[in-house]
Amino acid sequence: MSSLIDQPADRSADRPAARAARETVQLTAGRSRDRTPTALLFLTGLWASLAIAVVVLVALILDTAITGAPRFDADLLTRYDSTLTPERTGFRAGILGTVWLMISTALLAVPLGIAAAVYLEEFADSERWYNRLVEVNLQNLAAVPSIVYGLLAVGVMSILGFERKGIVLGGAIALALLILPVIIITTREAVRAVPEEIRFGSLALGATVWQTTWRQVLPSAIPGIATGTILGLSRAIGEAAPLLMLGIPLAVRFDPDGVLSEMTALPMQIFFMTSQSQVTYQHAAAAAIVVLLVLVLALNGLAIFIRNKFQKSW
Amino acid sequence: MSTSSTTTGPSAPAGPSAAPPSLAARPRPGEAVIKVFLAGSALASVAITFGIIGALLEPVTHFFGQVSVGEFFGTHGKYAVLPLVGGTLMTTLIALLVAVPVGLGAAMYLSEYASRRSRKVLKPVLELLAGVPSVVYGFFALFFVTPTLLQGFLGINVGFTNALAAGLVLGIMIVPTVASLSEDALSAVPQAMRQGSLALGANRMQTTLRVVLPAALSGVAAAVVLGLSRAVGETMIVALAAGARKNLSFDPRDPMQTMTGFMAQTAQGENPVGSVDYNMLFAVGLLLFVITLVINIISITLVRRFRQAY
Repeated sequence: MSSLIDQPADRSADRPAARAARETVQLTAGRSRDRTPTALLFLTGLWASLAIAVVVLVALILDTAITGAPRFDADLLTRYDSTLTPERTGFRAGILGTVWLMISTALLAVPLGIAAAVYLEEFADSERWYNRLVEVNLQNLAAVPSIVYGLLAVGVMSILGFERKGIVLGGAIALALLILPVIIITTREAVRAVPEEIRFGSLALGATVWQTTWRQVLPSAIPGIATGTILGLSRAIGEAAPLLMLGIPLAVRFDPDGVLSEMTALPMQIFFMTSQSQVTYQHAAAAAIVVLLVLVLALNGLAIFIRNKFQKSW
Repeated sequence: MSTSSTTTGPSAPAGPSAAPPSLAARPRPGEAVIKVFLAGSALASVAITFGIIGALLEPVTHFFGQVSVGEFFGTHGKYAVLPLVGGTLMTTLIALLVAVPVGLGAAMYLSEYASRRSRKVLKPVLELLAGVPSVVYGFFALFFVTPTLLQGFLGINVGFTNALAAGLVLGIMIVPTVASLSEDALSAVPQAMRQGSLALGANRMQTTLRVVLPAALSGVAAAVVLGLSRAVGETMIVALAAGARKNLSFDPRDPMQTMTGFMAQTAQGENPVGSVDYNMLFAVGLLLFVITLVINIISITLVRRFRQAY
């Protein structure tokens, strides 16, 4: 009831006279006090914090682009890694490997993540101890270091009986485990944001909980789920630490052709070339970073765009 | 509720719709299967945790059969872990010295000062910083921060690899984590508290520092603790920029190896499965998992306390 009473009061506050009165109060009391030297210094400090973040991002992109500038050529995308002619080395195997990794990671993580999130939001009784255990566990998993997921995937692969190291499947398992908490947490938030009225309306017409979830809740939550999935995948694209644990080779000279194929990934090649001492490798690494950044920032931008564009306010 | 009291009378079998039991759903075996599948997916997350512990424990027991616990937790020798812990502490400390003021400043600006429009622009920029892959930050630390910023611009005498550059960049990497969670905590402080403060004649700086920040303190602390856990577990920056030499030094200009850096280096080497070096990988991994687990539990507890406040 209180919200019903509040609303007209809020609206009256937006009437011109009320707004003018409020602005006068701010001018005479609030704003002038905000202009004392300490307050201005404090505000400058806050501005500086944001500026540092922006400046670092710009410096990082500019520095890498300048270092990599001599290597923006077709060889970068079409040729394999080459130790004989490092000035013409390319990232074909890494780019294709990353694409294979992304597709298999998404196939493993997205259905599992959405299913778990739907269970926790629509079916689970959050008072039960086992559901609470799942919740706390998820929060923990979200902050487990990525390199530990690499060790876990090594264990899973040996249980599944794959002797050969460095194949697509192992990397996909590690990355899927890594992004699963991200997908679950963001999907839960998207599902939770769907108003109860939509569920009640569907249930009142005789739909079961599952029919309500599948036909009403999930379609309404798609923008949020898409945002979470894209953010998860963009995190997976840049990960190299778990792949390192799985013995993903640093240099491969053929295209991967299946989930059991040996492969390398773009971040792994960047890591390898960054740790080399030759300057030509540094240029190649910088150019590859620009490629990776374009991929990652495009995915991030897409996620932010979807969130802003399709965000519903019911 | 009222309908149930009317149906107790003799009129129950009269009406055409007098079949309350039929309101109960028809048995739908398909949906039961779906529900089991959904619950199984949720339980998979618990299975992952036990999987991590199981995958780590087996090689670790072999490791402690080969190397004594005292030697592992020692300061010298091939299998000593304390220099790695020291390196991790040093880089994490530098990272926090960067990330806490910068992240908190950004959060306070976004929550207390920024207009809706500028927040809409600035928040995504911070999120982009979080999206940069860590191997890219490693490259940036090695080829920009060390030679251009530290050696050139600031004139500090540091080596090619050093804990300072790695820690600084690690700090920048966790700024978005600290900033976004702190902003959530600050924004959750009720408007009435700000209005009360302003009504008493405080300006916005005083309101922010003396009213809003203390009220959101446990949420802010949780954000810092989560950032700490990220910094402890980050691999690529420290593997590239901190160095590959075990070094129990307290001079940030020295190269140091962290726990994750050690794991990255060992995994690159050709150690046969079952060898002492290979098993030590898992021992360090387990130690790292336990440390971050403890930090995360602290963070979750803090978040719960901050949610209960309002």
